[in-house]
Amino acid sequence: MRNTLPVLTVVAAILVIWYLAAFWMNAAWVMDQAARADREVGFADLFTATMTQDRPVVAAPHQVVTALWDGVFGHEITSKRSLVYHGFITLEATLWGFALGIAVGVGLAVAIVHSRTVNMSVMPWAVISQTVPIVALAPMIVVVSNALGVEDRLVPKAIISAYLSFFPVLVSMVSGLRSPQHMQLDLLKTYGATRAQVFWKLRLPSSLPYFFASLKVAIAASLIGAIVGELPTGAINGLGARMLIGSQFGQPLIMWAALFAAAILAGGLILIVTAIQRAADRRMGVMR
Amino acid sequence: MTLVGLAIAIWLLALYANVRLARSGMREARYAVPTIFGVTILVMWELVVRGLEVSPVILPAPTAIAERFATSLGTLWIDFVQTVLKGALTGYAMGCGAAVLAAIAIDRSSFLTRGLLPVGNFVAALPIVGVAPIMVMWFGFDWQSKAAVVVAMVFFPMLVNTAAGLKATDAIQRDLMRTYAASYGQTLLKLRLPAAMPFIFNGLKIATTLALIGAIVAEFFGSPIMGMGFRISTSVGRLAIDMVWAEIVVAALAGSAFYGGVTVIEKAVTFWHPSQRGRT
Repeated sequence: MRNTLPVLTVVAAILVIWYLAAFWMNAAWVMDQAARADREVGFADLFTATMTQDRPVVAAPHQVVTALWDGVFGHEITSKRSLVYHGFITLEATLWGFALGIAVGVGLAVAIVHSRTVNMSVMPWAVISQTVPIVALAPMIVVVSNALGVEDRLVPKAIISAYLSFFPVLVSMVSGLRSPQHMQLDLLKTYGATRAQVFWKLRLPSSLPYFFASLKVAIAASLIGAIVGELPTGAINGLGARMLIGSQFGQPLIMWAALFAAAILAGGLILIVTAIQRAADRRMGVMR
Repeated sequence: MTLVGLAIAIWLLALYANVRLARSGMREARYAVPTIFGVTILVMWELVVRGLEVSPVILPAPTAIAERFATSLGTLWIDFVQTVLKGALTGYAMGCGAAVLAAIAIDRSSFLTRGLLPVGNFVAALPIVGVAPIMVMWFGFDWQSKAAVVVAMVFFPMLVNTAAGLKATDAIQRDLMRTYAASYGQTLLKLRLPAAMPFIFNGLKIATTLALIGAIVAEFFGSPIMGMGFRISTSVGRLAIDMVWAEIVVAALAGSAFYGGVTVIEKAVTFWHPSQRGRT
């Protein structure tokens, strides 16, 4: 808790800088309008004008909060203008991608730990796969899944988000499954344990702290994947699509609101995953 | 069907070869096994696409992609310069440079460090790609807005990594510098920055992927009539799927080369670190 005061100070400083930036960047437009109308604007007028524009260059924090509030509570949650509705669409893709990413990551890690061949042939390609910018592949995934008769827009988004999230899980699980010490492995050998028994009773339990630690990275990556997946796919639902719509129709406030809704969603997901990690660590007796 | 049968036969053969190679424990196997794996996938892709006569609108064969790649080198080069060299690299250099300088600056004040690091950690996990439409609105359609998105994306991961790296020295090492009567600047240059290098390079490597993603995503929100993101979205619209794949090849090559380049520099700079030693 000793970090509370510094964090609050930094957040307050960010807000102040933000307001100054909003004033500074939006002032040009107001001055311009005034010059055309041949009016003088006083400082007070200038200030209120910069804070309340409909299409601000920099939306002031209270405008973003208003737009968020309106988006979340101002409409029925089934309405297309509700951020809850769009957030839920994105969340759905994120969670499917997260689950898929975990399944692929854990599955590959188990195969890699048990087979030298898989390790040598797959591991380098897994690393290379992460250097390929996924956004380049995203439209392809949409086209192919459409051609295969998958109408649901959820599927390509979930695949893209799994592509981003499987890697942290894979890397952590490989080191986790390899974390038992030689002495422990030898002990199980003296018991005459089979490979399956070694896996279930030693390798898997000792990999769990690694697994939960990787989830935090994976969930953040999943959300990025889901949002990126909405951009080139011509999606009309979801937070990413909301940003695209705001950008195309010149409605900056929609963009800002969607951006902050995404940030809040990310924060919430990370908090949940952190809580799960803490609970699991406590159960496992791993104290930090 | 014969082609599909051939594909399966080749796959089994390559699998057998890889198992033998992996068990042999030869040094060359480290490179041979993944290469065989990759080549096998390409060959099977080719044979299956030809064998099942998959429409080129869905999935073109690798040879078709290679052909398109070879015939449109000029366009691909223009896109590469626009997106990678102008957008991604400029933003990468500015963002990472600014983050390292900022980390050094806040490092002097423990109050700022304790305040900024939790915020930075949190922001690093947020979907910052979302600022792309705002940056396009601020900086226009050309590469400047792409560079700005990249700066925003790489800044916080880099800041967090550098700040962690600057803490990586032991008290005993700092005490040694004190007994030498080293000034703050000398300690920073001769001890703390070198000790932070593994962390800094970790951040730099994470940032390479982010930079390319940022530069391409920003192009979906508006771009001049060139750039990889622009070409991909328009080619999908025209169903010129082989062109999309050619761009994907460029993106993959650029991404791997970028990452590989940073890794090479890392090896040269942090040769003393345990993770780099003993692998000659």
